[in-house]
Amino acid sequence: MEKKQFDNKLVQWVDHRLPVFSYMNAEYNEFPMPKNLNYFWNFGALATVVLVTMIVTGILLAMQYTPHTTLAFGSIERIMRDVNYGWLIRYIHANGASMFFIVVYIHIFRGLYYGSYKAPRELLWMLGVVILLLMMATAFMGYVLPWGQMSYWGAQVITDFFTAIPIIGNPLTEWLRGDFVIDNATLNRFFSLHYLLPFVIVGVVALHVIALHVHGSNNPDGIDIKEPQDTIPFNPYFTAKDSVGLGVFLIIFAFFVFFAPNYLGHPDNYIEANPLATPAHIVPEWYFLPFYAILRSITFDIFFLEAKLLGVIAMGAAVMILLIVPWLDTSKVRSARYRPLYRIFFWVLLVDCIILGIVGVKSPSDLVFPGISWFDYKTLGLIGTIYYFGHFLFLMPVLGLIETPRPLPTSISKPVISLSSGGGSAPIGAAAAKKEKA
Amino acid sequence: MCRLILAVVFVFFAGNSMAAGPLKHEAQDWSWNGIFGTYDRAQLQRGLQVYKEVCSGCHALKYVAFRNLVDLGYSKQGIRAFAKTFDVKNAEPNEEGETFTRPGRVTDYFPSPFPNEQAARASNNGAYPPNLSLMVEARPHGADYLYALLTGYKDPPKGMKISEGMNYNSAYPGHQIAMSAPLDEGAVEYTDGTKATVRQMATDVTAFLAWTAEPNLEERKSMGLKVMLFLFAFLVILIAMKRRTWADVH
Repeated sequence: MEKKQFDNKLVQWVDHRLPVFSYMNAEYNEFPMPKNLNYFWNFGALATVVLVTMIVTGILLAMQYTPHTTLAFGSIERIMRDVNYGWLIRYIHANGASMFFIVVYIHIFRGLYYGSYKAPRELLWMLGVVILLLMMATAFMGYVLPWGQMSYWGAQVITDFFTAIPIIGNPLTEWLRGDFVIDNATLNRFFSLHYLLPFVIVGVVALHVIALHVHGSNNPDGIDIKEPQDTIPFNPYFTAKDSVGLGVFLIIFAFFVFFAPNYLGHPDNYIEANPLATPAHIVPEWYFLPFYAILRSITFDIFFLEAKLLGVIAMGAAVMILLIVPWLDTSKVRSARYRPLYRIFFWVLLVDCIILGIVGVKSPSDLVFPGISWFDYKTLGLIGTIYYFGHFLFLMPVLGLIETPRPLPTSISKPVISLSSGGGSAPIGAAAAKKEKA
Repeated sequence: MCRLILAVVFVFFAGNSMAAGPLKHEAQDWSWNGIFGTYDRAQLQRGLQVYKEVCSGCHALKYVAFRNLVDLGYSKQGIRAFAKTFDVKNAEPNEEGETFTRPGRVTDYFPSPFPNEQAARASNNGAYPPNLSLMVEARPHGADYLYALLTGYKDPPKGMKISEGMNYNSAYPGHQIAMSAPLDEGAVEYTDGTKATVRQMATDVTAFLAWTAEPNLEERKSMGLKVMLFLFAFLVILIAMKRRTWADVH
């Protein structure tokens, strides 16, 4: 029976010894997918495409880049001016980092909305958080490599976080930098690690996918697959649907690469690093801004803990808290579609993160509304930070206990009467997608 | 080092109070703006003339080589002759082990006016004239800022005290700049007969520096248009494929 799966003799021979063909067939061809997935389920595939793009362009850039403080900036300019299509490869890589974070943030919020982190997918979710952490480290070190002003001063600020750790802070920071200051030793190890970590990400992505394929994808209704009619094979249905998402994504990506390649960057990074001249504003890349706002919002000591240490702890906790989300959420219902209260607070959380992003780019002392003298961005940042942690530590556990969920459909193919408002013969997926956009 | 985060916060405060008065940089109608924008060759050539005759005395252009000037529409012979007008320090010493200076070659980069930062500061009242190759990329509002700076030399507002050796400039952050007004009416005599007003020269040299900052801009935009056309057509096909594939799902 197994032998009959492939016609080609060579394929049969290989598969009998190394079952790559039956693996691909089982996991990517026939793999059963819930048929009601909407376009928010594109983003995992998109993230994979960006990861591969980053690795390919990164390897090409590394062939021309020189990791030395006196040569790095000039080698980037050589890539931009003299290397064939060097400008294209570098702009794809630089904007690709931003695209990666956009895609991954949407992917994470998708998970939060539809409860994709709930049993039995807790480890799948936690592996995703590990990928996010690795991405952040990789992006930070990659941004240092061009050795511009923001590279240098960003590295200075970020590595300085570690000095906040009591007792071992200073020696630890020196050990990480490989010097008393950010210098050639730092640049060299950042280059080495920036090349290494993406492959670690590939490994964790593989585990993420393995964990995903144990119980399969969650779906917009957040209910388990009950009968064969609930699923359709991955290929051709989701290869086709992911392709449409990819097509749209590539247009957005290409727009930035070709028509606004420096829009998401900072002009100061076109000035070579100068340890003697601090830029007027040290601002991280946009994807770190909410975390930067959380870091800066803590400006007071609590008992013996200094404000700086507390800020660093808060920033770290803002990511780490995602690891325990599966246990903070007490609701048995996965999808926010059937959780009238959680659905509202999900959107409030999203708005809160955007507000924190705005706070991250503003001066803490600037007023949010001119005329209200006590309400500056520092205060707004503190409110945003408190709300952020409040969402996970208070709202998530409490909402699950007090909320009355709406009735769940009995199965993916048989939705509850209240879900579809008309068009009885329309495919479930389409009806669900319409509902989502309304 | 430990107080760096506080220092950053301080800089935010300082940055706020430093901005005495608004900085002006109106958006100009540059030829390379927009998705179809291209450089104006005649304008770039005039800008090169302004750079050579006015700016190059103090400012380096270290990422631009003479060979790159073919982009401006010059012939190879013309560039060869132009390069010869510069004295370039040879990278290698001669057979006696002495360094020497020779006329420029097409493969040379624009020579820097000063051997090092200290020499530059010593000749410029302590200020360091920056390398201009990337200036348009390295400043917020890029070309608009540069144009505003070059045309922003005015009398200081009443009551504003200008420090010794500094000049008032309406576009410069803090409004006090070490560089004195570089462009005077008729500072260059344009070979194409264009009248060398301050605004004309400021426009031309800004355009030239936009090109030095991003010499591949035209290639990028024209490739971008083709890529976009392809991607939109491709998306239509992908949508059609998806619809057909999903037609039988109920």
